[in-house]
Amino acid sequence: MSNDWYSDFVNSSIGRSIAGTVGLPPVPRLRRYEPGQPLLSGPALLGTATADGRVAKVVRSLLTDLGVEVHDDPNSAVGGGSSTSKVAAGIVDATGLSGPGDLAEIQAFLTPVMRRIGPSGRVLVIGDVPAGATAPAVRAARRALEGLVRSAAKEARYGATVNLLHVADGAENDLESTLRFFLSSRSAFVHGQRLDVGTVPGFSGSSQGVDWDKPLAGRTAVVTGAARGIGATVAATLRRDGATVICIDVPASGDALARTANEVGGSALQLDITADHAPATLLEHAQRHGGLDVVVHNAGITRDKLLANQDRDRWNSVIDVNLTSQLKINDALLSSDVFHRGGRIVTVSSMAGIAGNRGQTAYGASKAGVIGMVDATAPLLVEKDATINAVAPGFIETAMTNAMPVGTREAGRRLSSMTQGGLPVDVAETIAWFAQGASYAVNGQVLRVDGQNYLGA
Amino acid sequence: MSPTSSSASSSRPLPRRAAIVGANRIPFARSNGAYARASNQDMLTAALDGLVARFGMAGEHVGEVVSGAVLKKSSDFNLTREAVLGSRLAAATPTYDVQQACGTSLQTTLLIANKIALGQIESGIAAGVDTTSDAPIEVNEGLRSVLLAANRAKSTAGVLKALAGLRPGQIVPEIPANREPRTGMSMGEHAAQTAAAWGITRQAQDEIAAASHQNLAKAYDRGFFDDLMTPYLGLTRDNNLRADSTVEGLAKLKPVFKPAGYPDTEATMTAANSTPLTDGAATVLLASDEWAAERHLPVLAHLVDAETSAVDYVHGDEGLLMAPAYAVPRLLERNGLTLQDFDFYEFHEAFASTILATFAAWEDPIFCKEKLGYDEPLGSFDKSKLNVVGSSLATGHPFAATGARIVPTLAKLLHEKGSGRGLISICAAGGQGVVAILEA
Repeated sequence: MSNDWYSDFVNSSIGRSIAGTVGLPPVPRLRRYEPGQPLLSGPALLGTATADGRVAKVVRSLLTDLGVEVHDDPNSAVGGGSSTSKVAAGIVDATGLSGPGDLAEIQAFLTPVMRRIGPSGRVLVIGDVPAGATAPAVRAARRALEGLVRSAAKEARYGATVNLLHVADGAENDLESTLRFFLSSRSAFVHGQRLDVGTVPGFSGSSQGVDWDKPLAGRTAVVTGAARGIGATVAATLRRDGATVICIDVPASGDALARTANEVGGSALQLDITADHAPATLLEHAQRHGGLDVVVHNAGITRDKLLANQDRDRWNSVIDVNLTSQLKINDALLSSDVFHRGGRIVTVSSMAGIAGNRGQTAYGASKAGVIGMVDATAPLLVEKDATINAVAPGFIETAMTNAMPVGTREAGRRLSSMTQGGLPVDVAETIAWFAQGASYAVNGQVLRVDGQNYLGA
Repeated sequence: MSPTSSSASSSRPLPRRAAIVGANRIPFARSNGAYARASNQDMLTAALDGLVARFGMAGEHVGEVVSGAVLKKSSDFNLTREAVLGSRLAAATPTYDVQQACGTSLQTTLLIANKIALGQIESGIAAGVDTTSDAPIEVNEGLRSVLLAANRAKSTAGVLKALAGLRPGQIVPEIPANREPRTGMSMGEHAAQTAAAWGITRQAQDEIAAASHQNLAKAYDRGFFDDLMTPYLGLTRDNNLRADSTVEGLAKLKPVFKPAGYPDTEATMTAANSTPLTDGAATVLLASDEWAAERHLPVLAHLVDAETSAVDYVHGDEGLLMAPAYAVPRLLERNGLTLQDFDFYEFHEAFASTILATFAAWEDPIFCKEKLGYDEPLGSFDKSKLNVVGSSLATGHPFAATGARIVPTLAKLLHEKGSGRGLISICAAGGQGVVAILEA
């Protein structure tokens, strides 16, 4: 799949010794999810910043239910080893901060965690939503967590990730799918990011009775752009998690689309999503499967040109495929019972939509537009108990990136905290988590899957 | 006796009508082009897999898959079964092969539909495939005799004696030709005679050809084939299609096939108003209404009735491709219909002249009286309803695949219209014809 020779080299036995001697940056091999894998591969450290912390109890209950060894003291001896033995996770409940002075408790906990965190370990800071605080000192302390996490992420090694969750007041019991995602290897390439839970009011749902090995069992999903690349991997990942998948792509890609659909035991719908009839055709096809629970807007095109050389046709084709078609389909979903209560819309933005990219004014505009669409659509979906979220991939190893000039490709890979490109499955795992019924409290979010790429971070 | 118009669609209803649920074909490719290295089995498997994907049937059983090819290697004796085993359908899906020249996959449609009608199966796939590129080549008869004699010989001496009968001329292989064994005439030569006998003009033929290309191009542009076709080996459309075809442009082509026995008649047939040799495969999914409803699948149309006929083109005084002229009246009569009672007419364009000769015969009181026994001719019909999304002159004509192209085309047209009735007519080598009525 990847043609990352540098990574192959520094991970070879001879390459490791040469890289160590001359100081080449290492490229950690990331632990990725396989069915049946335990949530964590070792013990966890769980700290609390204040006595008012709301989420430590929830985290502890989840971890102990799963048989994870949990210690409160970050200097504890773990797993029958010593006080410096590696741990699989360090989680700190940073809710209830009264001012910047409380941050020292977090430092005191995370300093040993950063020394002890193992390969592909998980450091997770869980705080309050800054906007929920009116007192300047409180809001300052809450906001400080983001700077702490993004900086710590740049220090993490061996594939460990550092991320921040903001939990709205009252949403502390609605965290399970999110905790499972961020702690597991499903979030292998999500690094240095922030995600808000429960911030769109009025959500409702439940994690009761979820089969966590098949969290999408019984759900029907649509994936656009499913013929190849990230879309085909999304289809396979949704299928792995139990969904029936309707695979959509343009008629001209129908042969690859048929292969994807047959591979995942789903159905193929050859459809130009920009056609006027596309929303109706999509809903009509979905009725074959008894309706629709998940829509993944993955289809996207690039028509790269410097703005100085851009023309209207190129511009429009990018905006139509990447943005307008999604808006039209969402409108149809909102007004149709074919899109079930508790439905999930997941869309694909891009690092280029956040940071901008030379030659990609149209693409960047469309992908930033997607974020605006998510912001405005999220509250509209609440009455259907539905959600909309976006994933914003960074440099992902695909046929497209393999065809890039070497310099551009290497820069894309190495200018990130993880010194490598992600895999399509990293994007797919994030989408599959957004798609879960149990992710009902996650709405209106844009999550970068980019190994903390330095662009726009 | 004269056919009478009736509102009853069928005076002899079958136990139940088979539904046409959907279809898939690969684009048709001109011979020795895009599919030059694809075998019948490759193409049929690809077409089946596209159908499986469209209807989410991976690993599922259907009652039967029936298919066939006209140009078929002897090693492909179980062609359909091999294709199914290589496809995503359940391996335990029964199959059989059928061959009725250009009528093959309309006939396989009828075979599946009849078993559904009788309740013997609930679903089935009718298909057809042909390659003129990867054609079977046989050793010539002389060489075959020698080799078989050597195989029969019981001693080395006997083998050597048999092989001594080898002659240089026996190296020349037998390549299948588009030629009737009993007349030694090519299909084009036969069609030229029929065209001359009915006075079919070059202009009329070119009009049919231009309309076929223009209609097919428009159908592609409006996405008509998006749910009937899956691209294959880089083709997304039939590569015989010339969207810019005009009567004026086609008039410049050099005619061939001077009709034998008509010294005063000029050749009128050209490469444009005759179908080219083509490679391709097509499939149709048929089912009972119940099977379709259980899966929330659409019913595009139902098969009402069908008729197969043959004419004596060897000794009799009839054209090789005129059998549908006899089959259609019988079908109409049995169903209490007139030629004018249809919303769409799907006539396989073997040659533009073939369908024009058939139409001329139905308008001719003498033909209708002497050959059909009717006091009144069948008459004319509204030609704006003919092959409205193109036909074989534009798509090309992989012999055994054409029926499975036309059936879903008509079914979808009827489904788009919401209700109505359509007529299918396909002429076949050997002086045969298969015709059918669909209703939505």
